[in-house]
Amino acid sequence: MSEEKFDAIVVGGGLAGLTAAYCLAQAEMEVLLIERGDFCGSKNVTGGRIYTHSMEKLMPGFAKEAPLERKITKERIALMTETGALNIEYASGKDDDDSTASYSVLRSKFDKWFAEKAEEAGVMMVPGIRVDECLIEDGKVVGINAGGEEMYADVVILADGVNSLLSQQLGLKKELEPHQVAVGCKEVIQLDEEVINQRFNVKNGEGTAVLVAGDPTLGNIGGGFLYTNKDSISIGIVATCSDIGRVDVSIPDMLERFKNHPSVEPLITGGVPLEYSAHLVPEGGFNMIPEKLYADGVLICGDAAAFVVNLGYAVRGMDFAVESGRLAAEAVIKAKEAGDFSARTLSLYQQLVEDSFIYTDMKQYRNFPKLLERHEIFNDVPEIADMIMDKLFRVDGRKPVSLPMFAVDEIAKRTTAQKLLDLVMVALDAL
Amino acid sequence: MAKKVSVDDKLGYNVFHTDESYAHIEIDKDYKNEEEIRKVVLACPAGLYKYENGEVTFSHEGCLECGTCRVVSGGKVVKSWNHPYGGAGVTYMQG
Ligand SMILES: Cc1cc2nc3c(=O)[nH]c(=O)nc-3n(C[C@H](O)[C@H](O)[C@H](O)COP(=O)(O)OP(=O)(O)OC[C@H]3O[C@@H](n4cnc5c(N)ncnc54)[C@H](O)[C@@H]3O)c2cc1C
Ligand code: SF4
Repeated sequence: MSEEKFDAIVVGGGLAGLTAAYCLAQAEMEVLLIERGDFCGSKNVTGGRIYTHSMEKLMPGFAKEAPLERKITKERIALMTETGALNIEYASGKDDDDSTASYSVLRSKFDKWFAEKAEEAGVMMVPGIRVDECLIEDGKVVGINAGGEEMYADVVILADGVNSLLSQQLGLKKELEPHQVAVGCKEVIQLDEEVINQRFNVKNGEGTAVLVAGDPTLGNIGGGFLYTNKDSISIGIVATCSDIGRVDVSIPDMLERFKNHPSVEPLITGGVPLEYSAHLVPEGGFNMIPEKLYADGVLICGDAAAFVVNLGYAVRGMDFAVESGRLAAEAVIKAKEAGDFSARTLSLYQQLVEDSFIYTDMKQYRNFPKLLERHEIFNDVPEIADMIMDKLFRVDGRKPVSLPMFAVDEIAKRTTAQKLLDLVMVALDAL
Repeated sequence: MAKKVSVDDKLGYNVFHTDESYAHIEIDKDYKNEEEIRKVVLACPAGLYKYENGEVTFSHEGCLECGTCRVVSGGKVVKSWNHPYGGAGVTYMQG
């Protein structure tokens, strides 16, 4: 294999890498995809819900064939205290087509399917191999080294995910800092399709996304999530790494606490646990994107390039991963036409990303991480909401307090007018 | 109410191909700052870090390969961190 030179080597068979490889193969280029897992998807974890617009652009009609779980038709947001929960449920009632829809998804199944599609398109797949480093000649990336075996290509696309040790080695990216990433910890629990339909009041093929702030993380920055799959539930928590140690509860215990919450336990009771997983989520937003997404002979995309928005209640990175893989391929196809893989030519990728929805959306939420740093949101807001709701609905025959006065009182107990105003300003800035 | 399930039991749900001959994560056993150690112990979703009798211990068996310990410790407790060799470690069937 070492004698051969490929047009491109893609490192990482997640959504970003699979998309890049698929597009290059469609353009008749010789492309090798190397994945460290046994098969593509075997190392990948998401929440998750995939917004399908970017996959739809890539493979129109894919949703009919792909192993997607349920189309999300109901959104539930919950503010939780130790025992209470204020739930808000929303259903648009509109029948979204796949340019606007979202589906629950299990990545081990989805990526495996996608890898078969890429292979059919002509990608040479090499799973079960870890890439150790990029090969550099005269300051230019010329290939990769995997366990002593060297493979060469005109260009290497790094789609190796959030722990992109390879782009750190090349100096394209610095080591992750605790405030830039959150740890996601998740379980998949099997339940009958019909039981899920009943518990969530949904039809076959339709599902609910539940996003939770407050108690699951004990006021730490982060939250809980629950997605209905076809015949299982994905349930997990996301907690910012810089907050770990703020309270004396471990990450796995936060997940247990969430699962046992009185408002959550009935939703999963009787289920059979299938898997326990963990994964980091980039959440530094726009300011975390590496300054340069390319160098001589190399590009980075997906989580490796930190293309993720974390809105606290929801994480979105999969549609960005797909789009960035597609744009990386587009730049590489142009570079091939020009016969030049220097940083100058590959800088087209940066241009394409900056002109895409990836940048527009990430820019729009650029101040969001700042808002999320405010612990009031995860601590006080759910508690105040809980107190107010409790007052509203508890009847005990004693003298009633007028609700507005009670609300003002509860808020005043926890914060000052200045702090509140300050929070509102940060919130407006973030939105 | 359902009872709390231990992390060890949960790791039992998963498929692992543990590489006995290669520890992809190495720790500094002599590291002593309790506050930093506490953070890593709380952080690891697989509960693989233990702090007992003033000593931190670690086993890579059951690692979910998330990278949290590396980031949280900032190079202090965790001396080196890599992905396991290809095909080794956890194999997620759901994701
Ligand atoms: C708990 C959680 C909840 C989330 N929820 C959502 C959600 O609901 N919606 C959403 O859109 N996004 C969500 N995200 C984010 C989303 O999952 C990611 O943005 C997306 O998976 C990134 O895809 P990727 O292809 O860039 O990286 P990955 O899917 O991580 O793929 C990277 C691949 O590279 C491989 N690899 C790494 N290093 C090497 C190496 N040296 N050699 C060979 N192979 C290597 C890995 O094995 C892996 O297959 C969530 C993330 C988490 C963790
Ligand atoms: S990588 Fe994750 S699961 Fe593995 S030891 Fe570190 S924190 Fe624990």
